Amino acid sequence: MLPAIIVLSVLAIIFGLLLGFAAIRFKVEGDPLVDKIDAQLPQTQCGQCSYPGCRPYAEAIAKGEADINQCPPGGETTIMALADLLDRDPKPLNPENGVIKEKTVAVIDETRCIGCTLCIQACPVDAILGAAKHMHTVIASECTGCDLCVEPCPVDCIDMVPVGQDILTWKWPYPDNPLEKAS
Amino acid sequence: MSQGAGTTRRLWKFHGGVHPPLHKDISTTLPVRAARLPDRLVLPLHQHIGEPAEPIVGKGEKILKGQMLARPQGYVSAPVHAPTSGTVTDIGNHPVPHPSGLSAPCLVIEPDGEERWIDHQAVEDYTALPPSELRNLIREAGIVGLGGAGFPAYIKYNPGHQKVIQTLILNGVECEPYITCDDMLMREAPQDILGGLRVIQHALQARECLIAIEDNKPQAIASLQQATAGCDDIEVVPVPTVYPQGSEKQLIKVLTGKEVPADGLALNIGVVCANVGTAAAVHRAINRGEPLISRYVTITGGAVAAPRNLDVLLGTPMNALIGECDGDPARIARLIMGGPMMGFALHRHDLPVIKTTNCILAATASDLPPPRPELPCIRCGACADACPVNLLPQQLYWYSKHRNLDRAQEYDLFDCIECGCCSYVCPSHIPLVQYFRYAKGDIWTQEREKEKSDIARRRHEFRQFRIEREKAERKARRARKKADGAQSERERKKAEIQAAIARTQARRQAAMKEAEKRRKAHGRGRQKAMDESPRAPDNAPEKEPRK
Ligand code: SF4
Ligand code: SF4
Ligand code: SF4
Repeated sequence: MLPAIIVLSVLAIIFGLLLGFAAIRFKVEGDPLVDKIDAQLPQTQCGQCSYPGCRPYAEAIAKGEADINQCPPGGETTIMALADLLDRDPKPLNPENGVIKEKTVAVIDETRCIGCTLCIQACPVDAILGAAKHMHTVIASECTGCDLCVEPCPVDCIDMVPVGQDILTWKWPYPDNPLEKAS
Repeated sequence: MSQGAGTTRRLWKFHGGVHPPLHKDISTTLPVRAARLPDRLVLPLHQHIGEPAEPIVGKGEKILKGQMLARPQGYVSAPVHAPTSGTVTDIGNHPVPHPSGLSAPCLVIEPDGEERWIDHQAVEDYTALPPSELRNLIREAGIVGLGGAGFPAYIKYNPGHQKVIQTLILNGVECEPYITCDDMLMREAPQDILGGLRVIQHALQARECLIAIEDNKPQAIASLQQATAGCDDIEVVPVPTVYPQGSEKQLIKVLTGKEVPADGLALNIGVVCANVGTAAAVHRAINRGEPLISRYVTITGGAVAAPRNLDVLLGTPMNALIGECDGDPARIARLIMGGPMMGFALHRHDLPVIKTTNCILAATASDLPPPRPELPCIRCGACADACPVNLLPQQLYWYSKHRNLDRAQEYDLFDCIECGCCSYVCPSHIPLVQYFRYAKGDIWTQEREKEKSDIARRRHEFRQFRIEREKAERKARRARKKADGAQSERERKKAEIQAAIARTQARRQAAMKEAEKRRKAHGRGRQKAMDESPRAPDNAPEKEPRK
């Protein structure tokens, strides 16, 4: 009993220290501009912008190394928001980074999953649950639809399926004006 | 201090408003009767504002009239009851009356024609019940605001902490063109309305009750005045006809002169409003023990030869009702649920009547001409003059059109009640309300996405921290293990994956065989056998490949 308590306490202290350390080590070094840019990015963490995640892209924009039109998941909304924030002219999405696609979520075919954990390792937001050699499953509400888990799966059992619209997420469309379209 | 008919109460005015042609007379000539029982009833699980209800019956189950079929999920939600006895034939997605034209989860019922009720009881003396219990009964009965919005009624009948409710307003204004279901209810069932009024009054401990009716409904006014004769605390108040007087905040202004704060509730100024139809439903729930399973619906418009009001079981397909009123589907240019000002067009004719269906407007092309193309805004200011909320629609339009949603919010976009007065008066035929609906929807979606991306950011940051931590741990371990001369990590992993593939395949095959066997045994195959198979625990005593 006593050894168990000691071991657990020691562990608790170690993790506590680790967390504390992480809080300092990974502290977003108060660059408010990077924060503001990052806040406009969709946090899909897909890397299509050619940076290893949303924050690195935000840093690159802040440094002037990257343009504001490299994020396909964010699409027009993100470009407009960034243009607004940085006081630049909006421009269309850079096709080299990809195209604007329908939002999707990953679905694991649980009958084929071998429990290899490779997808778990690929997922940037820890949206996949499962232990080694037990089938895995995606927490749909946490999945950003980044596609990154599809590649690593050795048995190809992950599909990206479109997030369907339902009456709760549906929104009124932008009114179309035949006269403006004609002109 | 009786204030019977004839006494004049001081009335106030709200800003703006319009006087569209009302077309109400056409549907008030015939008395209300029950609509025919259809072959099939479709009950959406989401007929109200809030969370959808959750089914508590299974497919194939026999059900009785009035039985609860789906229970509320969460605080802002409402149950769904069986409008008649019969069998549940399906639980799944079916088209629902919604501007999106999408399908949503529904219960489908095949009536047995026997109309057998479930055991139900009236509350013997509701005045002996504490208000909270009354509210609970109203919730259990599935009652939502029948005036149009469909907000769960019991929530409104809660005065909260120490709030004194001075005035309970029964809303019989019915200002929207074409709609006459409240008018007919007031003419034909004033006692039901009065019964419900008394229950709500007790739940709220309200001091005085006002029943507001527009002066274009003299028969309804007379009927309720007669029913409430001798009740000192109830006053029937005829109000001058102007659209959108039936909107809650506008009506409160007219009757009390008080403004409900933009971000507040009527409750905050000691007023609660209830629709007359809702009151009648409360009466049936408490004094008869019957849940909300039917409502009055106006079936009108140029495409029906005999426009009238019917007492309709929820879930009845609209085309059956149109048929019952001698409608000609070929002449329907637009089928609208609600009225021409605030209703929305439906994508098909066979959608079910739900709790918020007050009117089915089968409009011909001459009733509702197709929208004319939008011209540029000439800044005439007519919209601002008409807006009952005193907004600046032309500014809202400018910012919504150019997707400058922040500015639109600064101009109080969310105070807009979508009454359509601005669109109605606009000489440039600008569909202003459509822009405002679009802008609101876009802001809500963006907020939802922002929330999601914040969660994703936090999860990503935590993952990076975790990876860093694991790296550190691994380093420490590796230092210890160095001498072991273990197999290279990669190779071991590969071998493990291969082994796992083999294992899973074997398991799948076994499962498929098993399923095949079961399929043969049961006659019809059950996919479930396959779905369950991989859950079988795998006990192979191997090491976790990740470490
Ligand atoms: S589950 Fe797959 S698609 Fe979804 S966030 Fe994780 S890696 Fe990306
Ligand atoms: S009524 Fe129409 S044209 Fe006139 S100011 Fe308003 S939006 Fe512009
Ligand atoms: S729809 Fe909105 S902006 Fe237009 S008049 Fe009504 S409340 Fe005012």
